[in-house]
Amino acid sequence: MIINGVAIDETFAEAFGMRATRLIITAANLRWAKHAANAATGFATSVIGCGAEAGIERELSSDETPDGRPGVSVLIFAVSAKELAKQVERRVGQCVLTSPTSAVFSGCDGEEKVALGKNLRYFADGFQISKLFGGRRYWRVPVMDGEFICEEAAGVVKAVGGGNFLVLAASQMQALLACEAAIDAMRKLPGVVMPFPGGVVRSGSKVGSKYKALSASTNDAFCPTLRGIGSSELSPDTGAVLEIVIDGITEADIRQAMRIGMQAVCAIGADGGIQRITAGNYGGKLGKYHFHLREILA
Amino acid sequence: MSRMVLTLKSPPAIVVDCSPLTPDRLAGKSATAIAAIELQSGNRRLTVGELFDIDGESGDTLVIRNACSKLDRIGANMNGGSLEVEGDVGAFLGAGLLSGRIRVSGKAGAFAATGMVAGTLHVCGNVGDFLGAAIAGDKQGMLGGLVIVDGDAGDRVGDHLRRGIILVGGNAGDYCASRMLAGTIAVRGRVGALPGYAMKRGTLLLSCTTDLPATFNDCGTHELLFLRLLARHLAGIDTAAAPFAPHGERVRRFVGDRANGGLGEILITA
Repeated sequence: MIINGVAIDETFAEAFGMRATRLIITAANLRWAKHAANAATGFATSVIGCGAEAGIERELSSDETPDGRPGVSVLIFAVSAKELAKQVERRVGQCVLTSPTSAVFSGCDGEEKVALGKNLRYFADGFQISKLFGGRRYWRVPVMDGEFICEEAAGVVKAVGGGNFLVLAASQMQALLACEAAIDAMRKLPGVVMPFPGGVVRSGSKVGSKYKALSASTNDAFCPTLRGIGSSELSPDTGAVLEIVIDGITEADIRQAMRIGMQAVCAIGADGGIQRITAGNYGGKLGKYHFHLREILA
Repeated sequence: MSRMVLTLKSPPAIVVDCSPLTPDRLAGKSATAIAAIELQSGNRRLTVGELFDIDGESGDTLVIRNACSKLDRIGANMNGGSLEVEGDVGAFLGAGLLSGRIRVSGKAGAFAATGMVAGTLHVCGNVGDFLGAAIAGDKQGMLGGLVIVDGDAGDRVGDHLRRGIILVGGNAGDYCASRMLAGTIAVRGRVGALPGYAMKRGTLLLSCTTDLPATFNDCGTHELLFLRLLARHLAGIDTAAAPFAPHGERVRRFVGDRANGGLGEILITA
């Protein structure tokens, strides 16, 4: 399959089941809601080293939030509900509670819950106040700028993590510009986040390492500077490879995000130095979800 | 949606316990079977057929017409459906209400909503003393749900209130929110003497300044975000008791009753 001069590999992205929650973070204005959300979703690029993968899903207008203030919705993913609970509590406690004028609410329903105010209320040292409105419990925690409002808990849903595609281009800047275009298009979609910096990752990894202490190491087959060594997957004119990783609430969300992203890359096409799109997988044996590139773009 | 109408033939001489007359308890019963249900009245038992004309088919909605203050315990322990009362009612209206909606067009007696757990209770007229309060021997009053009173309420509104929201569109009597444990009471009009007496926790929202017990400490004026959540929760209610703290309004916060170490709050919007 070739689209606008870009070869689409006959391969698939391999993704895994995860647990996720959506939080709605509000503040006096969008600037401060984003400060809180950026902090809460910071250092959350990969579950391997960060414990969670997270990002801002979208901005919310004041008529979309529970308290009628501007806000953002964030998605946080982890490998288990237990790990998710740990991550959410730490991130909300250290990054949202601390942010001026902020409040945080559950953005999704689910039988499983992760605690928000249920545990954070104890910061109030006995001065916390519970309010139960419409079956939802909110905690009022006195803080130095007034009160921090925090819903009791947030719903947990089954989710999918690790959707991906790799962009191969003639040069580093051409690969980067194509990925920026893809991310701009994908960020308009609900239900997905691209957790790496700017949505793009340059250090794709393979499983295992020559060093026993490491479980993953650089994906040498896609490193342009190792092109001549033997196991390279790159053609002689490929100058750089960048990857976009997608976590989504549903399989369909990831499929749609991959389609929109790859279409944006293909729109730049061979004239923009884009040569190939491929995907990362582990032979199909580890991940439950397989996203075949050609099926998605058909 | 089935609907049954019970019309009181004439006011009884002494009070009648009407707790068996709820939509969930009558659902599926024939008019004949309902007419044979016995209601306690003092030391006697009267049948529904003796007291009421019965019309319609039992189901989700029950209407009691021509009601009077001799009818006690209307909607007590009701669990689902809609109960509409045309006229006045006696004491213990909606006591222990578990779910569903009760609406009374007239006034209600004492201890309305005591032990109420969930659902909505709407009284268009006035209510007597001890609205949402604990009965003697109980440690907690209303346990949840929403109570709306368009008119005035008597003394001891929300005494020992544990959870839920009480909205009073008119005035409330003495000792409003006394010994309150948690929950929210909003009074649009004036309140009598010693509001918040021995209050432990919870919120009493007032729309005009009043003399507070000396054991409530002034914590200054604030814009409290939770009032937005309350206003939004109550946004669909079309009543004189609808929320009166619009977005962004500042409230003066008093905390007490410090005489017993309480951390309840009286918020005054004026």
